[in-house]
Amino acid sequence: MTVLDFTAIVAVVSFAAGLLGSLTGLGGGVVLVPLLTLLFHVDIRYAIGASLVSVIATSSGAAAAYVKEGFSNIRIGMFLEIATTLGALLGAFLATRIPTSALAIIFGAVLLYSAYLSRKPRPSAQRNLPPDPLATRLRMNGTFPDVDGPRCYNVQNVPSGFSLMFGAGALSGLLGIGSGAVKVLAMDQAMRIPFKVSTTTSNFMIGVTAAASAGVYLSRGYVDPGLAMPVMLGVLAGSLLGTRILVKAETKSLRLVFSLVILVLGLQMLYNGLWGKI
Amino acid sequence: MATAGAPSRQPSHQSHPFQPQPWRDRRLEIVLGNLLRAGVLFSAAIVLAGACVYLYRHAHERANYRVFVGEPSDFRTIPGVVHSVINGRGRGLIQLGLLFLIATPIARVAFSVVGFAIERDRMYVVFTVIVLAILLYSLLGSGLTF
Repeated sequence: MTVLDFTAIVAVVSFAAGLLGSLTGLGGGVVLVPLLTLLFHVDIRYAIGASLVSVIATSSGAAAAYVKEGFSNIRIGMFLEIATTLGALLGAFLATRIPTSALAIIFGAVLLYSAYLSRKPRPSAQRNLPPDPLATRLRMNGTFPDVDGPRCYNVQNVPSGFSLMFGAGALSGLLGIGSGAVKVLAMDQAMRIPFKVSTTTSNFMIGVTAAASAGVYLSRGYVDPGLAMPVMLGVLAGSLLGTRILVKAETKSLRLVFSLVILVLGLQMLYNGLWGKI
Repeated sequence: MATAGAPSRQPSHQSHPFQPQPWRDRRLEIVLGNLLRAGVLFSAAIVLAGACVYLYRHAHERANYRVFVGEPSDFRTIPGVVHSVINGRGRGLIQLGLLFLIATPIARVAFSVVGFAIERDRMYVVFTVIVLAILLYSLLGSGLTF
């Protein structure tokens, strides 16, 4: 394949991944690495480097739109970023030391878990939980706009949320993804943060987390300009378009299709990893 | 600081929906959100410019990413990238755009330090400085700067 063909096809695939990822809220980054490795036979290390860069672009590009809605909580985000950036450093350190087949297996497991999580109903909105002393001391409780006016929420289980976020950061640094699935586990399930607040806040955090490991990837020579260019531009354009048309689109069946794609890619990654083909 | 204990005042707080603190947070967030978007669009423009030069010169070569060889030092360190941009290389320009992209969220954290300082929130100034220190450690310790 010539450079021109390769660039064009990768840009189109990345555009589609970014568009679907933002329409379904599942994130485009998680399908990029498997698509690049399985479809285009790109070495998984180059794929992870390009994906990591595109994750920063989508997170930062969407931030302005999310902020306008008034859901995100900058204090929760900043406090948890201590955990995710430390985790990302560890992840990037491990990524250069473990064999690529192990990377593929971990990636497959994360994909399967994401597919499972996307089919599960969202945890019910918290109602009148008592304020947690630590969360109150950290000034994390807040309000967000609801149908019947601003509603207050009280954040719970800060220590377990913090440790889960360390894990999310490590996966992000190891696999070059935003690891939205683990963040949902930490913020929705453990800390009981309302769904809208946790998704918008975690979007804010993804860029900072990825930036913590991106320097390591770039300096190790994992970020190839010829590959990262179409991936980053394609995903960014796709996700920006996605946030524009999100209001009008019917996302339910789209979500089903996309989670099936994630499931198939996850099985493929597991298979290739286990049989040492990656 | 004055509003620190506010959330512990039980259900009655629904009658004062907008306390000063969340409101100021919101203004800070809007500024930061716009900063992030501007940074991303700026770096995307540089990457696009680099893409034009790269594709113009190398369009008909073979693309091969099957085997990992790692990038040459011109595309791995900040001095190397600057050097290749000066020599008019398209891929150097792409890497420069990507460096700006990585710098964007770091700038956001740096601005948050200032924002929390203006709000006189000492605890969150400390948290934000910790995050900034981790990010800078990652950049300086990774060998990107030499």
